[in-house]
This record gives sequence, C-alpha cells and structure tokens, in this order.
Amino acid sequence: MTLFIEQCLNGLQFGLLLFLLAAGLTLVFGIMDLVNLAHGSLYMLGAYFAATFAAWTGSFVFGVVLALGATLMVGMVVEVVAMRRLYGRDHLDHVLGTFGLILFFDELVRLVWGPEGLTLPLPSWLNTSVPILPGVDYSAYKLSIIVVTLAVAAFLYVLVMRTRIGMLIRAGASNREMVGALGVNIKLLYTLVFGLGAALAGLAGLMQAPILTVQIGMGENILILAFVITVIGGIGSIRGALVAAIFVGFIDTLGRAFFPDLLRMVLSPAAASTAAPALSSMLIYLLMAVVLVVKPEGLFSASGK
Amino acid sequence: MSGWLSVRAIAIVALLLALVLLPVHVELGGSRFLLTLFTRIIILALAAVSLNLILGYGGMMSFGHAAYLGIGGYAVGILAHEGVFTGFIQWPVALAASALFALVIGALSLRTRGVYFIMITLAFAQMAYYVVAGLARYGGDDGLTIYKRSQFIAPIDLSNKVQFYYICLALLFGSMYLVRRIVNSRFGLAIQGARSNDTRMRAIGFPTYRYKLVCFVIAGTLCGLSGALIANHTDFVSPAMMYWTRSGDLIIMVVLGGMGSTFGPLVGAVALLVLEEVLSSITEYWQIILGPLLLLVVLFARGGIDGLLGKVRHG
Repeated sequence: MTLFIEQCLNGLQFGLLLFLLAAGLTLVFGIMDLVNLAHGSLYMLGAYFAATFAAWTGSFVFGVVLALGATLMVGMVVEVVAMRRLYGRDHLDHVLGTFGLILFFDELVRLVWGPEGLTLPLPSWLNTSVPILPGVDYSAYKLSIIVVTLAVAAFLYVLVMRTRIGMLIRAGASNREMVGALGVNIKLLYTLVFGLGAALAGLAGLMQAPILTVQIGMGENILILAFVITVIGGIGSIRGALVAAIFVGFIDTLGRAFFPDLLRMVLSPAAASTAAPALSSMLIYLLMAVVLVVKPEGLFSASGK
Repeated sequence: MSGWLSVRAIAIVALLLALVLLPVHVELGGSRFLLTLFTRIIILALAAVSLNLILGYGGMMSFGHAAYLGIGGYAVGILAHEGVFTGFIQWPVALAASALFALVIGALSLRTRGVYFIMITLAFAQMAYYVVAGLARYGGDDGLTIYKRSQFIAPIDLSNKVQFYYICLALLFGSMYLVRRIVNSRFGLAIQGARSNDTRMRAIGFPTYRYKLVCFVIAGTLCGLSGALIANHTDFVSPAMMYWTRSGDLIIMVVLGGMGSTFGPLVGAVALLVLEEVLSSITEYWQIILGPLLLLVVLFARGGIDGLLGKVRHG
C-alpha cells in the first residue's frame, strides 16, 4: 500500500513535469502554428544551465533562477534568428528546420560541456523525506516539484485567461492579422510566447536534473512523450495538455511498477519477465491509439471551440 | 518534362554511371571504404525512395519511417539468431512484418492529418524502438550480431562485397521504377489528387482513406526491404537503426534531393551522406555545421537539389 501511494505520487510528479513541456509545445503550436522539435533541446539546456550555474554560485536556488533566465533568453534569440522565418511555412519545413536546430544544440552542448553528463546535487534541505501520511514518507524534492508545477499551471491559467497579455495571446491564436491590424506588436508578442515556452521547457529540464543525470539527448526521449500528450489532449489546448499529462504520467509510472507483477499472474514467470519491459513501455502508445480511434482530434481539441 | 541535354539530366546520368562503375574503380585500386560507404548510401536511398512515395507524392508526412528499417533488419537478425539462414524465408518475413506494421500504424494514423499525423507516426515508431530495445533475448539495447548473411541459391553470395553492392543497386533501381509506375498509374494519380485536395477526391467518389493506406503499406514494405539489406550490410542490428533521428535523416534525404521526383531521393541520399563524411573528416563537431545548413536549405532552397538543377536549365 505504501508502495502504491508512493508510485501514485511519482506518477503525478512525472505527469506534471511532462505538462510543463507539453504546455510550451502546445502554446507555441496553438498560437504560432509552429511545430517545434527543438523544444527538447531547450529542456536539455535548462538542465545544463542549472547544473553549471549552481556549481558557479554554490547555491541551488540561484542556479535555478539564473538557468530559467538563460533558457528564456535562448528561446527568444532562437525565435528572432530562426523561428520567425518559419511562421506560415509548411509543417514539413518546421520539422526539418527544427530538426537542424536539434543537431546544432546537441553538438553545441557536446562542444561546451563535453560528452559526459553533469550532475546537479540537491541541497540538504531538499534531499530529505517528509511524512505525508502516518507511516508514509516521501521525497521532499519530488513533493516540491509537484507544488511548483501546480503553481506554474495555475499561473499559466491566470496569465492566459485573466490578463491583458493572455487576451492578446488568445486573440492572436484565432486571428493574427486582425490583432496586428489593431496595433498590437505581434512580433514581440510571439517572441515573448516562444520565450515563455522555452522557459517552461527549461524549468522541466532543470527540475528533472537532480533525479536523472544531465546528458546530451535527454530532451529527445521526453519530447516524444510530450508529443503523445499533445496528441491525446488535443493540440493547442493547455487544459487538454494538463489532463493528458497526468494520465500519461500515471500510466507510465504505474505501468512500469506494477504491470510486470500483473503479467506474472497470467503468464509463466520467465515469459512475463521477457515481455514485461517491452509491453509496459507500449502502454502509453496504446492509450494514444485508443484516444485516436475514439476522438481523432484529441480529448480537448482547440479547433472545436 | 525536361529535355535530354538539360543540366539536370546530365547530372543524373553522370551520377547513375558513377554508381554503376564504382566497383570497377575500387577493383582497379580505389579505396575499399568507398564501396562500403556507397553500399550504405544505396540502401538508405532505397529507404528514401519508399518515403518519397508517401511524403513526396502522397503528402503524408510520416516521421516514423525508420521503424521499418528496424523491423526489416530485426526480422533478418532474429531469424538468423534462431538458426534460419535462408533468405527465401528471411526476406519475405521482413517484408511481411513491415507491411503488417505499416497496415496497423497507417490505419490508425491516417484517421488524422497534418501535424497530428507527424506526431503520431513519430510516437508509434518510437514505441517500436522501445519494444525492440526491451527484447532482452535479442540483445536489447546492445543490438544483435548476425554471424551469417542471408543464404540464397548458388551464384548469389551476399558476403561478396561487389556482388552485394550490385544486388543493392539493382533493388534500388527496381524500386525507383516501381514507384514511378505506381505514381503514373490511376492509383498513383488518385493518391496525388488526395494530396492536393482530399475532400474533392472523396466527393468525386474515391475512397481516399483506403488508397492512402495501401500506399502507406507499399512504402513501409519497400522500406522493410531496405532494413533487411542494412542488416546484411552491417552484420548487425540494433535499436539505434530505428531511432527517430534516423527517420529525420530519411526526410532530409527526400527534401534535400527534391520531393516528388524520381531521382530526388537518390540524389538526396548521396548528398547528405557524402556531406556527412566530408564534414566529419573536417571536424569532430560536424553536426554543428550540418544543423544550421539544414535550416538554410529549408529557408532558401525549398525545391532541394533537384529544384536547383531544374533552375539552372531555365536560367
């Protein structure tokens, strides 16, 4: 039972982390109609920046704050230099252009930080466990990830639905020419949105950094999961991304933890241990396939509104 | 079409001649490495030709095409591991497995369009990657060494490098011819019609979903053949051959060469892989050049090399 609660929290934590990535992806797609494969590179950069700045300043918190600022800046520079020229082009162009950016960033990181990974050590006040229920302890750091991502999700909701900038973002998503004609600096708005998406990806990367190692290509595997989430949730919908991300986080984590045991009940132990790793990694794709059969546009399609 | 003496036609004839004569050059004292490199180029060009069928002519932006390379390769690898060496079983199984995968993936993915299609094909290919990486019996992440190439009847010997090169080249030319025939058939015209305007094609009575699905399966099967060849070429299969960046490479080849042209994928494969060799001999960090170069191609040379050669003729 303790294990089950712990795994549920792990699933929630992983799902919320995926939400940060998927939110940036879906925001950029919904507003600029841009498919950004290089989103995973920004996730990777966030982790590398945090590890580097934390080592320089000697403080975890300073490292995190500086890394967030740095990924925001990188995102805006990338938007001005490259992405801006891709708006309005074919999606295939986006895929190819941003694929080129992935190659560039991966190699750049290898050039600057070297091929072996970095680590981001946790400060002692986060590296403990706290009792969440009588007799159940949970990592303070993972708990703080849950709190931070929930706060960011709330912040995003308020930003998009309740502020003037959010109003412009929503307006720009439905008709960019009209918003531009009304005197809004749409170029600057896009740069800001892209920077915001980059910072969200960077935040996800740096929060994941103490749990996993910081390494080249870390953004690519998780980017695929973010794609699955946007497809399930409906492209362009932040609410859909949140629901789908939590779903995927739960299914992936719980699947890996308990699916082998379930399989052992049906199959022979030898067959189960052979099939389990392959099958449990298929679970979320099966979920995606089911959603596609039922609702090809995703659960909360933005175009339907 | 272009005249016989256009720059484009001359360039393509020169390239084809060079490919046919390459083993002669190697036998006369050229570098052995060239033969290995170009065998690889030709096999990947075959994969690019198959992708061009759905991407260039059908407008289906599949980002999971490398999955069939892996499936075709693993069909050969797994059968060899289990002691089945005859190519008369290995290759049909490779093709059938790729076709089946394409049928399932296509049936699901083709329900969607645009960016959903890109992401879904990518996700399913990645699923195949994780499944293969989880096959502990067949090497898992580390891959599987193939100790014996596919066996065929007497005169055919895949271990003979020159013979293997010509077999790959013949299969490449054969598949280019096949794709050309498909594209110019009634079926192919319906596929191209669906690319330009799917709704209209359906309105005049074409079941475009089924047409596209068949096209998707043909492309997957052809790519599976390419996978079986790679397995025989490297004597090794690993999940890395179906990683999503490999799908990206295939798309680059098609776009770089020129989408929707017969020779485009071949030109693109030669250009990309030779460029990789040249850049990696200059610097260890060659992708830092290749990445931005790709972006420039996307921004300024949309028609690919084929398009550029076509322009020379007009200019």
